[in-house]
Amino acid sequence: MGAGAPRPPFLRRKMRQTVDRVEMRGIVKRFPGVVANDRVDFDVRAGEIHALLGENGAGKSTLMKILYGMYQPDEGEILVNGKRVRFRSPLDAIRAGIGMVHQHFMLVEPFTVAENVALGLPSSRRFVNDLDRVSARIRELAETYGFKVDPRAYIWQLSVGEQQRVEILKVLYRGASVLILDEPTAVLTPQEVEGLFRTLRHMREEGHAIVFISHKLNEVLSISDRITVLRGGQVVGTVPAAEATRTGLARMMVGREVVFRLERPEVEPGEVMLEIRDLWAMGDRGVPALRGVNLEVRAGEIVGLAGVSGNGQRELAEVIVGLRRPQRGAVRIGKTDVTGWPPAALIGLGLSYIPEERIRDGGVPEFSVEDNLVLKDHPFPPFSQGIFLNFPEMAHYADRLIKDFDIRTPSRRTPLKSLSGGNIQKLILARELSRSPKVLIAAQPTRGLDISATEYVRRRILEQREKGTATLLISDDLDEILSLSDRIAVIYEGRIMGVVKSEEADIEELGLMMAGVESR
Amino acid sequence: MIGATLVGIATSAIRLATPYLYAAIGEAIGQLSGVLNLGVDGIMLMGAFTGFYVTLLTGHPALGLLAAMATGASMGLLMAFISVTLQAEQGISGIGLYLFGLGLSTLLFGMTVGTVKTVSGFPQAPIPGLSRIPILGEILFSHNPLVYGAFALVPLAWFVLNKTPLGLKLRAAGQNPLAADSLGVDVIRVRYVAVVLGGVLSGIAGASLSIALLNVFQQNMTNGMGFIAVALVYFGGWRPLGVLAGAMLFSTVNAIQVWLQVQGVKIPSDFALMMPYVITILVLASMAKRRIHAPAALNKPFERGGE
Repeated sequence: MGAGAPRPPFLRRKMRQTVDRVEMRGIVKRFPGVVANDRVDFDVRAGEIHALLGENGAGKSTLMKILYGMYQPDEGEILVNGKRVRFRSPLDAIRAGIGMVHQHFMLVEPFTVAENVALGLPSSRRFVNDLDRVSARIRELAETYGFKVDPRAYIWQLSVGEQQRVEILKVLYRGASVLILDEPTAVLTPQEVEGLFRTLRHMREEGHAIVFISHKLNEVLSISDRITVLRGGQVVGTVPAAEATRTGLARMMVGREVVFRLERPEVEPGEVMLEIRDLWAMGDRGVPALRGVNLEVRAGEIVGLAGVSGNGQRELAEVIVGLRRPQRGAVRIGKTDVTGWPPAALIGLGLSYIPEERIRDGGVPEFSVEDNLVLKDHPFPPFSQGIFLNFPEMAHYADRLIKDFDIRTPSRRTPLKSLSGGNIQKLILARELSRSPKVLIAAQPTRGLDISATEYVRRRILEQREKGTATLLISDDLDEILSLSDRIAVIYEGRIMGVVKSEEADIEELGLMMAGVESR
Repeated sequence: MIGATLVGIATSAIRLATPYLYAAIGEAIGQLSGVLNLGVDGIMLMGAFTGFYVTLLTGHPALGLLAAMATGASMGLLMAFISVTLQAEQGISGIGLYLFGLGLSTLLFGMTVGTVKTVSGFPQAPIPGLSRIPILGEILFSHNPLVYGAFALVPLAWFVLNKTPLGLKLRAAGQNPLAADSLGVDVIRVRYVAVVLGGVLSGIAGASLSIALLNVFQQNMTNGMGFIAVALVYFGGWRPLGVLAGAMLFSTVNAIQVWLQVQGVKIPSDFALMMPYVITILVLASMAKRRIHAPAALNKPFERGGE
């Protein structure tokens, strides 16, 4: 029997057994139009970390949501310690000792840590809350697993890393011996990732079974014991981590060879095309999001803006493209001071923008592919003549971009919203890059895209660099920043902590700057 | 003279606050769980009518009250079914429920009673001992039972919302139903409970008019009180104590307005009647920025994600 975590009293009576082994056999789950899981077999044992690797849409989260009782499988069975079980809701899974930490945190922001942990559990005082006892138990658990947390703190006061710890606490508090983590590192700094991994290793030693969902090869290789790769809803294979390689895993994920190295020919940077001086701006919550940002990007140069999300990246992009009013400071494009200019004037000056929220800010979901492609240039010839639109010209142009940028769409008449995420991004790329921009702001350009689409987007951005565009690349993905940028700037709480040349960049140093330590 | 006037205004302010307290606390409970019910006024009218009619038939206001509660519960159930199960747009279904209650109560009244009649509703029940306290005794402790009930409801609601597992689940359902669901909270059931409870309280609010304060029933006798109750929920920041403060402000202005009219002060009566509403709008507008306590999932039907 695996040791498992000590259980809170209310669970101790009901279930003494810990989970030694969970098996899923022949799981099939269909959603309208897709088979998300196709006869999937998966198992995890006490004392191991089993990674579930695959591209977006490969069916990883669906499979684990079935194990956690959030979805019902159409076929197949789940066995806990060899016995067949059926989970009708998460509550059933929790009772069987299975817990899940979701990719998007499931926390009630205006509640305290203790309230979040206690939610949904019976109180030891029946009709009155027992938050004091819950808090005491939280402190015990935190001590056991070596992290700090204040049970009385409100969730909105906590950093993302701390919020994740609350999620893990919730699961441990419920006495789970099986822990499912869905893309847990996506939101963390490198240091926080190390902290998480320490906790996970600790839990493995305590006899927990851990499922680690990810699409990041390096992390999977460093933390897991076994790796199962999913592709298109099917299991490609399960391999021991010790025998796996990056290229081998990537081939399994994508189904073909993947080139990790991107061609980056030498480009001599030209004039400063984008210059930001002492820029201040408010965030949505009425507190300053930018506190004196200084940055410049030259023609033919990619400057990567690294940082933990929420440190002013979005606001900086919005100020540059004219969607947010700066409080003070200046933005210059070429020699022109464009501070406070409206978007239309900036577009006319050769500024292109790949927004972070590509569905919300990147197009009109109900409009056709064609209309979205000319969204920015439709008031100008050749697309309009006087007050009329030139439809044949628009159609011709759209067809050309669909072909050039390999946008997979049934026709140019198809509404944008029925395209996949990768193809929506290609459409935005097509619209923005075909305008031969002087300055390109690319915010999270590959977030949520599969490996192939990611590769494509990155190649296009690099091509643009050779054509002399000055690119500001904003990304949460440090690997992306490192592989594309000429220089890397790190933003923390609305200030640039330092700028380093890409070839001299050191992950450790970048991580420290992302956590607010000034460089040098 | 001035003393007696102030005591009179304070006493009547307490009385007038009663229906608002029931209705607004009921509405706050529903909203905290994530359901905006704009049908409060319709439920109040139905509660007022059934309470009145049953009292008229049986002579027992307690039976009338039970009937009003049952009516409120069924109308709450209807609202919950439409907005939680069928996931209809909450604002629109609430307005529908209001019009339904307004029409049905008028129709039923016309079919059964037809003319203005009074009933003997709940009698005044001065609290022995306490009501003898000079001044305060008259203002606070010489009312009918439904008035005491309304004020007792404030701390009770506060306790249930903030100190019990039910309150935690209810607020979680309104703030982040997905998170609540992932922890095994039955969001649908919690919302049904909250909306039905809100309906019961709205039913009592209506009955407090027809069988406790006024002892008559008239077509559309609530005159928009249910909508003021919805406004009071925002005013009070979804907290029972805040709702109490709002209800007292509103009823005090109302009591002053009534007193001014009785005194024959020369202001147009329409203007006097407008005063409480104008003040409500002003206060709400001045607090428009203070929305931190608003339930984040208010007005959003809950459905398990299928990403």
